[in-house]
This record gives sequence, structure tokens and C-alpha cells, in this order.
Amino acid sequence: MQLTGAEIFLESLKREGVDTLFALPGGVVLKIFDVLHQQKDIRVILTRHEQGAGHMAEGYAKATGKPGVCLITSGPGMTNVITALADAYMDSVPMVCFSGQVPTGMIGNDAFQEADNTGLSRPCTKYNFLVKDVNDLAQTIKEAFYLASTGRPGPVLVDIPKDISMDKGEFHYPKSVSIRGYNPTYDGSKWKIKQAADAIMKSKRPILYIGGGVQHSGASAEVMELAEMTQIPVDMTLMALGAFPGNHPLSLGMLGMHGTYVANMAMHYSDLVIAVGARFDDRVTGKVAEFCPTAKIIHIDIDPTSIRKNIHVDIPIVGDCKRVLIELNNILRATVNGNQREQRKPWWDQLTAWQQEHPLAYTQEPEAQIKPQYLINRLYELTADRDPIVSTDVGQHQMWAAQYFKLKNPLTWLTSGGLGTMGFGFPAAMGAQAAFPGRLVLCIAGDGSIQMNTQELATAVIEKLPVKVFVINNRFHGMVRQWQDLFYEGRYSCSQLGNVPDFVKLAEAYGAAGIRIDKIGDVDAGIQEALAIDRPVFIDVPVYQYENCYPMIPAGGSNHEMLLEDPPDLKKPQSTHQQASQAGSDTVLTA
Amino acid sequence: MEHIISLTLENKFGSLSRVAGLFSGRGFNIESLSVAPTLDPSVSMMTIVTSGDDRIIEQIMKQLNKVIDVIKVVDISENEFVERETALIKVHTRPEDRAEALRIADIFRASVLDSSPTSYTIEVTGDVRKVQAIIQLLQPLGIKELVRTGRIAIAREPTRHAQAQPRPLAKAN
Repeated sequence: MQLTGAEIFLESLKREGVDTLFALPGGVVLKIFDVLHQQKDIRVILTRHEQGAGHMAEGYAKATGKPGVCLITSGPGMTNVITALADAYMDSVPMVCFSGQVPTGMIGNDAFQEADNTGLSRPCTKYNFLVKDVNDLAQTIKEAFYLASTGRPGPVLVDIPKDISMDKGEFHYPKSVSIRGYNPTYDGSKWKIKQAADAIMKSKRPILYIGGGVQHSGASAEVMELAEMTQIPVDMTLMALGAFPGNHPLSLGMLGMHGTYVANMAMHYSDLVIAVGARFDDRVTGKVAEFCPTAKIIHIDIDPTSIRKNIHVDIPIVGDCKRVLIELNNILRATVNGNQREQRKPWWDQLTAWQQEHPLAYTQEPEAQIKPQYLINRLYELTADRDPIVSTDVGQHQMWAAQYFKLKNPLTWLTSGGLGTMGFGFPAAMGAQAAFPGRLVLCIAGDGSIQMNTQELATAVIEKLPVKVFVINNRFHGMVRQWQDLFYEGRYSCSQLGNVPDFVKLAEAYGAAGIRIDKIGDVDAGIQEALAIDRPVFIDVPVYQYENCYPMIPAGGSNHEMLLEDPPDLKKPQSTHQQASQAGSDTVLTA
Repeated sequence: MEHIISLTLENKFGSLSRVAGLFSGRGFNIESLSVAPTLDPSVSMMTIVTSGDDRIIEQIMKQLNKVIDVIKVVDISENEFVERETALIKVHTRPEDRAEALRIADIFRASVLDSSPTSYTIEVTGDVRKVQAIIQLLQPLGIKELVRTGRIAIAREPTRHAQAQPRPLAKAN
């Protein structure tokens, strides 16, 4: 069957089961868009910026576990999507990005809207392709999806020159692929797994440290079985939230720089750390030299480069988390004797003591400005029974959401962990909503972050993606302000944002709904009102500006040395009464 | 410590930049790098000389293995190996130095590829110490240009098999 490159592109995507494509056209991809216009199998969502298309594909992928797909044009289209590719690479998000390229004969001639797409994306993709012959296109697309979704998942770029999309070629979609340089190890070494089981049985103070790999591998049930069978407490990284229920009695919550007191103390004083699909990121380890000083470390990960990259590991197991845990659980099931809780009592007594000593805490005076934690906690409590998908941007609000939103299910947490991309949350939520039109999708954003991608309001309205965006509005780059208060004597260099824009009017200007919640008494009603609207909603929540996020391990600090509250010598304005908090008192605005 | 890593990789557009980019992006050292196709034209062999402590070398090996165009990675320097490098040295020669230049070339069993009234182009092949030694000796005469291939290395075949072989023969007799 002779087809044009554009038709081959469409047929290949159909065979990969792609149902949604996030896209923005341009000169060199017009042929492909023309073919897309004449079909109904794939929903094409036109975004307002290529970065938005990239993050939507990521949100789709994080919520479904399937590769997210986006299509963008050459030159600036490509440079705009780079942030999303880099983000997906850091967080191992399966994604296939198709970029247009100038015709093959013009490559390298500095043609209009030409960029070296494969060169630009090489360090931030798992792999990339430049298609030079239309007869290679189907095979290349097959390989791209295979690479993106197997092993440690990641973004793959396929660069399609304009003439390739127009040339005719024979269409034959391969059933399978084999790439000789790519053979991920899925089954862990039996010998090492046995060693791990022995170490677990001998350990007195074990801790499970689970990461995003548990989400990707679908190993939540196996982690649950392991934890319950052996009564081992569970620490989650930012990427793992939801992979183990946050409200489970064995959950200690998130660990790391803004993790719970008990989660970090448990790591520091444990004698056995069982890392599953986590990569010992610097936000988790703190000062490497003092990380887990008394612990033996078991590390299960599909990517050998993650093992011993930052931390010495005693029992490395390269393999898929799910398969390794099934094997490990089989061994342990035959060994555990039922009174694990009894044997671990001293450890659990200690953990409970830590938990009670310093739980997550904030104070919300009844008549004062809304505290961000209060809003997020109420949002969690009011939506818990609806199993929402929650996305966040990056900053203080992200950490508070991670602390207070106790997600129960995997693939419900969309956040930018590794790259820390502000502007990620809103488009990611839209991508998830496109995948699950009937589900409740929340985006918790900051007023700084949200402004990096508000143009996608147009996409949300036109494509009917009714995401609920809660803007935790403190008129600051809050995390920057927190560091300036703690480490730069309160000199607010470029962290004040002013009281613009009016997010309610901004939303309304696009045809979305806008709500403002600025009184503590209106929080519940405001949330309920927003949830009842079947359009996209921006909920602007002006909060107390100077709230700091604790616990906090200062950069380079050790895990057991957490700041738990504002230092006594920290001078900052107190929370004011709510009337005074209206726009007029905002010194930033009136100055 | 210095390591010599031998890579088998796809002979494809962009493969070299994936490997080179890995080294620069992760801050690993490259002391020399040489690459050329093998008997199978779809595959290239690359020899990289790098250095670092055990932890860094472990990461380099793992990261190289992770590159999809890389088919096989071997740390040649872990076992017995032979290495060679070729240098082309253009030496400036005043009339009184010409005999000395030839003498040095002769000592190192180097050959003269080109000769002009004021210069010799000398080719030398050997291990890295030999190449460095001849460069050092020629330097006082004045080196106009120096081109080196970078080091290539290959593992030595184990010698044990050869010794073990006679035994079954003896039995048969």
C-alpha cells in the first residue's frame, strides 16, 4: 500500500493506540495536519504554546501510564517544547514528540524556522530520530513508542522533514522491534533478591523508600504486600505519592527536604533502607556524607546508572520493581512467621513517638487570612471520596500539596519533580483531563507558577477540559521568598509579584469561570461551588503572604537536622485580619 | 586512575555526538577518543581514554551502556591489553639538525614520510610512552606541527588455553 509520509504517520499512531494528540501547527507540518483534519480516530487538541502541548502530553502519560504524544513544528516550535522534554526526561515520563523539520535538501542551510532538532534534544531525550527516508518512517515510529514505554520510560523525539511527510512510500507496520544496543533488565538477580530477603528478616529498623519507579512499573500492590507482610514503614518520594496510600497506617508520608519529621528521622536512624524505584536525589539525601549513617542499603531499580550514582549501595538489584518485588515477596511469604508487628514493636514505638513529637502543623487563626495549608487540607478533605487526579506547579504550594494531599491511588499525582518546572501543573492537568473526561482533575498552583502558562486557558475552554485550578496566591515567588527570609536576611530580590493579574477576570476573559475565596469562612463553600461548575475554573485564593514551608532541611544539611518552624529571630509581618487582607493593604501593589 | 574503554556502537549519524555529549554533559574526562568502522560496516569501534576513581569509572561504564546506540562496553584496562598510537610530527630542521632528527627517528624506529629542505615529517607508532618520548626529544629541534591519532587498544588473548591444549593430546597418545 503506497501512502504519503503524513498518512503513514497517522496509520502508525492508530496502530499504537494513540487517541489524543497535543499539537500546534507550522509551515513544515502542514501536510500532517491536513491528514489529521480528515480523520476522526485521534483527537487533536490545539494548544496555545508548544510548551503547553509538551506538558499536556506528560500529564496524559502520568495519569494513564501510556505514552503521551505531541506534534509541533520546526525551529521555535522545537525550542519551545524542550522544557517539557527535559522535564519528562528527569521524571521518566513516557512521551513521543514529533517535530517538523525543513526539507531534507535544506537541512543545515539555516533555512527559515530551521533548528537542529536532534542536536537540541539529544541531552534531554531518551533517544531521538531524524527520518531521512519515508520508507523508514513506520519502523522509526514503532521504535520510538517502544523506547519511550519500556525499560526506564522517557521522552523520544521523531524529527520529520517536510518532504518526508509528502513523499510516498510503502506502508508496512512492524509487529515487533529489536534494538541491539537496548536490552533492559527486567528480572532481578535471584541471588541478590535472596540476599535482600535475608537482610529484611535480620533488620530491626527497616524502612521502605519508594520512588516514581513504583508508579511506572505498576508495583503498588506488591509494595503494599511487602509492607504489610513485614510491617515495614513506608517513606515516599515526591514522585511516589499515591503509589502507596498516604493515609495507610504504615505510611510515614513524604521524605526529603520538606518531608515529614518521622519520614526523615526514620531514614536517618534505620538499619536497612529498601529503596524501590527511587534514585537518591539530592533533595532526599541532604548531605550525602551523613545520609543513613547506620543503614545497609538495598536498591531496586531498572536503570543501572541510578544505582551507586550518589550513594553506596550494599545490595544492588537491577530489574523492574514489580517483578523484583513479586520474587522478593514469594521468598518472604515463606519466611515470615506472622508476628512481625510484635518483633518490630521497639521500632514502631520510636516511629510513633517521632510522629507525635512533630506532626505536620500550622496555625490557622479563625478570623485571620487563609493559610495555604488550611486551603489545601480542606480541598483534600472535601474531594477525598472522588479520587481526584491532582497536579501541581513548583514551589511552596507543591510541597504543601505533597504534605497534606494524602492520595490513595497510583497515577493520580502529576508533579514536576526532577526539573522543577514552574508552569507544569495547569497543562498537565489538562492532559490528564483529556484522558479521563469524567474524572475530577485538580491543579494546585501558585500565583508565580501559573503565570508561566496561563495562555492554555484558551485550550481548556475550547476543548472543554474542566480542570479546577486553585491559585494559592501569596503575591510572591513563595519559595524564593522563604529562602530569602531564612538565608538572605529578608532581602526580597525579585520575589515580589504584586497583586496582578486579577485571576478571576483573567479566567473570565477566556470564557472560563473565576472564583475568589478570601475569607476563611468561605473556603468550604467556595470549593464546593468550584467543583460544581462543569467548565474550567480558576479559584483565586489570596493567602497569608509570609507562611513558610516546614519541616525543612536546609540545602546541604543532614536529614535529622530539620527546621520545624520559623527561627525565633526571623522578623516577618504577622497574619492580619481578613478585612485588612483585601487588595488595598497589599504594600506590593500600592507601592 | 587512567582507563581505556572500548565501545562497539552503531555506525549511525549522531552516535559519536551521543557518546561525546554524555562525557561533556556529565563532566567526565576524555583524554583521547578514536573511532572507525569495523569489518561490519554498520558497527564502529571507539576507544576512549578516560580517568577517574572507581565510582566515576563505574558510572561512565553504566552511562555508556545506557546509550541506545552503544552495543557493547568493555574496560580494556581491567585486564591485559596492547595499545598503540600513531603520531605524525613535522620537525623544523636547520642544516646542522638534520642528521640528529634522523638519528632520533632511527632510535624509535620511526619513518620519515616527507622531507623538505627545512623539515622532516616523521611517523611514529607505539605505546603512549614511546610517542611522548620521541616528542620530547624532537622538541628542542622545533616541532612545527603535531598530529596524534589518539590511543587504540585491544585485549590480549588469554595464554592459558595454549598451555592447556597439549594435555588431552598426551592422553590420547
